[in-house]
Amino acid sequence: MSVDWLIPALLTIVTAATPLVFAAVGEVVVEKAGVLNLGVEGMMIIGAIAAFATAVSTGNEFLAIIAGAGAGMLIALIFGVLTVYLQSNQVATGLALTIFGLGLSALIGHSYVGKTFDGLAKLNIPGLSDIPVIGPVLFGHDALVYLSVVSVAIVAWVLTRTRMGLLIRAVGENHDAAHSIGYSVTLVRLGAILFGGAMAGVGGAYLSVAYTPLWVENMTAGRGWIALALVVFASWKPWRAFFGAYLFGGITIIQLYAQGMGVEVSAQFLSMLPYIATILVLVIISRDSARARLDAPACLGKNFHASG
Amino acid sequence: MLVRLEQRPEASKSMIYVSPLIAVVLTVLTAMVMFALLGVYPVKAIETFFIEPVSSLDGLAELLVKATPLVLIGVGLSLGFQANVWNIGAEGQLVIGALAGGGLALAFFDQQSIFLVPAMLVCGVLGGMAWAAIPAWLKTRYNTNEILTSLMLTYVGLLVLSYLVHGPWKDPQGMNFPESRLFHDSALLPILIDETRLNVGALIALFVVVLGWILISRHIIGFQIKVIGMAPMAASFAGFKEKRLIWLTLLISGGCAGLAGVIELSGAIGQIVPSISPGYGFTAIIVAFLGRLHPVGVLFAGLLMALTYLGGDSAQITMNLPNAVTGVFQGMLLFFLLASDVLIKYRVRFGAPKINTEAAE
Repeated sequence: MSVDWLIPALLTIVTAATPLVFAAVGEVVVEKAGVLNLGVEGMMIIGAIAAFATAVSTGNEFLAIIAGAGAGMLIALIFGVLTVYLQSNQVATGLALTIFGLGLSALIGHSYVGKTFDGLAKLNIPGLSDIPVIGPVLFGHDALVYLSVVSVAIVAWVLTRTRMGLLIRAVGENHDAAHSIGYSVTLVRLGAILFGGAMAGVGGAYLSVAYTPLWVENMTAGRGWIALALVVFASWKPWRAFFGAYLFGGITIIQLYAQGMGVEVSAQFLSMLPYIATILVLVIISRDSARARLDAPACLGKNFHASG
Repeated sequence: MLVRLEQRPEASKSMIYVSPLIAVVLTVLTAMVMFALLGVYPVKAIETFFIEPVSSLDGLAELLVKATPLVLIGVGLSLGFQANVWNIGAEGQLVIGALAGGGLALAFFDQQSIFLVPAMLVCGVLGGMAWAAIPAWLKTRYNTNEILTSLMLTYVGLLVLSYLVHGPWKDPQGMNFPESRLFHDSALLPILIDETRLNVGALIALFVVVLGWILISRHIIGFQIKVIGMAPMAASFAGFKEKRLIWLTLLISGGCAGLAGVIELSGAIGQIVPSISPGYGFTAIIVAFLGRLHPVGVLFAGLLMALTYLGGDSAQITMNLPNAVTGVFQGMLLFFLLASDVLIKYRVRFGAPKINTEAAE
């Protein structure tokens, strides 16, 4: 296996995995707080269009990422208010978020079709990035890739090592107990939902700013749903979600390279791979139902109202 | 807190029906603001969106054509949703059903037979069922989340369609367009009103509404579905077989979606094209909720949602608005509906809560 084939392959895995990392880790926090937000796809696509629109009009990628996060957060706020304050069904509200997000992004994106800009630049650290093989693979990415790794580390640390993490987990495991000792279940959940929205927004922003600096309707293509599956796959653990995302990144590039290597399979069948892999992974991970029940936050998907 | 929600002792029966009306009014008002922001005179926009499309016979017929798949799928989904079985892959089941029926039409391309259309319909139902059987099997056998599997299978189903129309099923004389041959006359559903696309499919949808209504209100299965959704523990004490109901609701909703797909092909389109449905499978989720998970409610909700499709097209043609407006409209409607549904179980109270000194909770 020659090295000049390997490096681009590894780089593609990283770019394919990064949006999933952001979205999945954000959703880990949301679900740890006991909220099932199925609107990841909608939040990602809104983040993607907000970031793209900002990048095209200001030319500033940093602002674009911020806009993506803000837009994701804003649309997550709708979900938060509905589920936390108005007690709406979380499954239905998450689906509504996805339908709304896809529609709204297409409406906003209508006037941005065909536009483009330079795209997020890769970091170039003199010396380090020039080392053969290790240089491009470890030090040749854009800033968001590193941010995704850092965010996983921070989330993992906060969830397991801090008081705030304990509070989030308590709310997700037993909201009545958390409430009875005086914590605000609603505020913790709202905070988690907004964080998840921002992360999904950044994940979407990565797609439209770094992955392909173009706007295409439905460009998230189910990645929000794959991120949701990753959370289950990861048993609600941030680092496992990270590795899961890279595993999927790997599957994504099989479809790109299989054709290059002359494998005679239709493009459509190769494109099915990530979706079929998701199903297989879900089967493997959910097979042991007792185990799965232990891993999932006990109050996942259940609404809380103080009057009981 | 000045405004708070107080739990009603009993769920309000009237609010169940008032809530969708509140949601529709709020959606229209918000839409007017949105149109104003898009630089369109709001009243004119609403007229273009909601009145113009249905002010002709052709428009009305088209409304029923669009409502047909929505109602069919909505009835199926509402059964599952009541039992907390979340089949959100109806779009994929629609496509596979359409391919099963459409494939039969292509296989018997030159045959004249009155049995072809009924056979296509049956194939459509079976195709949709087969696609829904996968999440059912995975859920009952491997405890896999049906939301994610059914959705993943939708993407797979759309890719199967894409493969077939770009490859083996492409019209040999079609100038390389990714479309199948035009169906033969005997593979087309009879048209009800000349010069329109309104076909027998609409009557089939109505029949399914009646069947669904009987099943949910007059049959033991409907009772079991409702109990398992509202009180799963009670259902298992009563000995209702949960796995059987998961299979049943997924097969029914998949079959309905497949039927909708083949009706769309053989009634409205007449050949297999790369995009069979503009997202009917997803919109039907909204239809099911707006129709209060009741077949008769689904019928009305389906008509309303069909109108948003026509409105989107009409706004695109006359006002040059992107027809993505339809999706925004539909999403907004579901948001407002879910928000106003809070009034079913809670009432809004102003002022601080009275402290109950006798029995502190």
